[in-house]
Amino acid sequence: MKTLWVIASITFREAARKKILWTALILGIGFLMVFGAGLYYQLGDLRAGNMPPFLRYQVLSATLMIGLYTVDLLAVVMAIFTSADTISGEIASGTIHAIATKPIARWQVLIGKWIGFVSMLAIFVALLFGGTLAVGYWVAKVALQNPIRGGLLVYLECLVVLTATFLMGTWFSTLTNGVIVLGLHGLAFLGGWLEQMSGFAQGSGLVTLGVASSLIMPTEAIWRRAAFLMQPPLAGALQFSPFANISVPSATMVVYAGFYLIALLAVAIYHFQRRDL
Amino acid sequence: MRVPRGEIFGFLGPNGAGKSTSIKMLLGLVNPSAGEAFVLGAPAGEVEIRRKIGFLPEEFRFYQWLTAEELIEFHGRLCGMDASTLRKRVPCLLEVVGLTPHRGKRLQGFSKGMLQRAGLAQALIHEPEVIFLDEPTSGLDPMGRRLVRDVIRAQRDRGATVFLNSHLLSEIEVTCDQVVFIREGEIMVTRDLRNWHEEKVRVRIRARKLMPAIIAGLSRWAACDQNQTDAETVMLTGAPRDSLPEILSYLVQSGSEPFEFTPQRTSLEDLFMEIVGEDRGL
Repeated sequence: MKTLWVIASITFREAARKKILWTALILGIGFLMVFGAGLYYQLGDLRAGNMPPFLRYQVLSATLMIGLYTVDLLAVVMAIFTSADTISGEIASGTIHAIATKPIARWQVLIGKWIGFVSMLAIFVALLFGGTLAVGYWVAKVALQNPIRGGLLVYLECLVVLTATFLMGTWFSTLTNGVIVLGLHGLAFLGGWLEQMSGFAQGSGLVTLGVASSLIMPTEAIWRRAAFLMQPPLAGALQFSPFANISVPSATMVVYAGFYLIALLAVAIYHFQRRDL
Repeated sequence: MRVPRGEIFGFLGPNGAGKSTSIKMLLGLVNPSAGEAFVLGAPAGEVEIRRKIGFLPEEFRFYQWLTAEELIEFHGRLCGMDASTLRKRVPCLLEVVGLTPHRGKRLQGFSKGMLQRAGLAQALIHEPEVIFLDEPTSGLDPMGRRLVRDVIRAQRDRGATVFLNSHLLSEIEVTCDQVVFIREGEIMVTRDLRNWHEEKVRVRIRARKLMPAIIAGLSRWAACDQNQTDAETVMLTGAPRDSLPEILSYLVQSGSEPFEFTPQRTSLEDLFMEIVGEDRGL
């Protein structure tokens, strides 16, 4: 346990020293300010247009969902970019040599680093996701349903991406690693939207394509589950909403994502344990 | 191949001979394709045994954003050392490797030699029983080399075994107790440098009145080459060690006036060239 803590804390310290942590947080605050301003102006426009409060709430909650979707995308990209170099970079530079020859198992190196990133992402998601919800409530008095479950699902999505990046890092160089994981997320993203489009073309193969892409990379499916849980029921029922309940991933998909994450981590440990350094 | 405990052991060979790979196998960084190796009686690479092993890698890359002090402390903590022990040990080690004035500086501003010193300190933090040093002096100035040499000897004196991989043969020659030459992964020669006596030696003779007849007379002991530009100098190659007093008295009795008579030991470099052969563009 002590060793895991040593590795996790050095990972944390690296992010702090390289100013990654602070840059991400400052940009996050900038994001929240822009989002707050946007919501404020939208509220002003809607009030000026005399939109009934009930409908106004639906529109503002949709804006809040878009804000959260941006946070989700930002957190995913952040998970990939910050962790892409941590294993592959240290193997390529030889930094790992002095560490892996100390009396610690390789899995401890990998899990220690993973815990470091898991903690950093927790802070990032909590601040940005929580911040967006807070801004939504403070500026427009919009409160979504199940915010904690939604936030945890977004966090799970980040952990899946993070673990995939760790796994690829035991095989590929930093750049290739980042390209692969971002590409996989892109596939899930496209699959998710194609599946959403199935609402307009009944009986097509779009659903199958969406499910298949979610099985390969369940990240976007987790978000769509989170969106389903969070947005007001009426907005979900409206077919023109970007996050309409047309094809909602089931709770089983979340369980699948959990097992998927564990499997990725297990393969990453197995491969890192055996490979030449 | 066996490396006795408490010795400074030199591991030599041309580029690509497999020196670094062998060290990596002994440390568990690389899996051997065949065969087995043991370190301190345990299979190579075993986690627990690494508590007694120190390693300075050839590419001494460390976290550049750490200070020298933090780097050593971090590696100490990886070895399971507690904070109070580290508080005492880290300043001592910084002093030993001559980095005390730079202890608070980040490694990113360090020269190659300074990084190598920091690397040496992290290898010694837990007072290991076996220390693997892969090219420990490659980035160092003469003062740094002397320092590393002194550190290596001090480690041996406290009972540690030092496994040294270096290209700097003169360094190896003055530091190591025993050396092994490898080529293409095969052991060519093992030599004990403490008891290295050659039966036949090369002797450099400088003398006045070195007449051709006298030089001709020297050939009864060994092949004799006269220096083309300096008539006062000859080299005897392959002279039996026991006959050196006899050769010297011959020179004096035959009327020459010797002012230098130096038996020359075959350097490790000569031996290296002899064993490894011509550079085949490895």
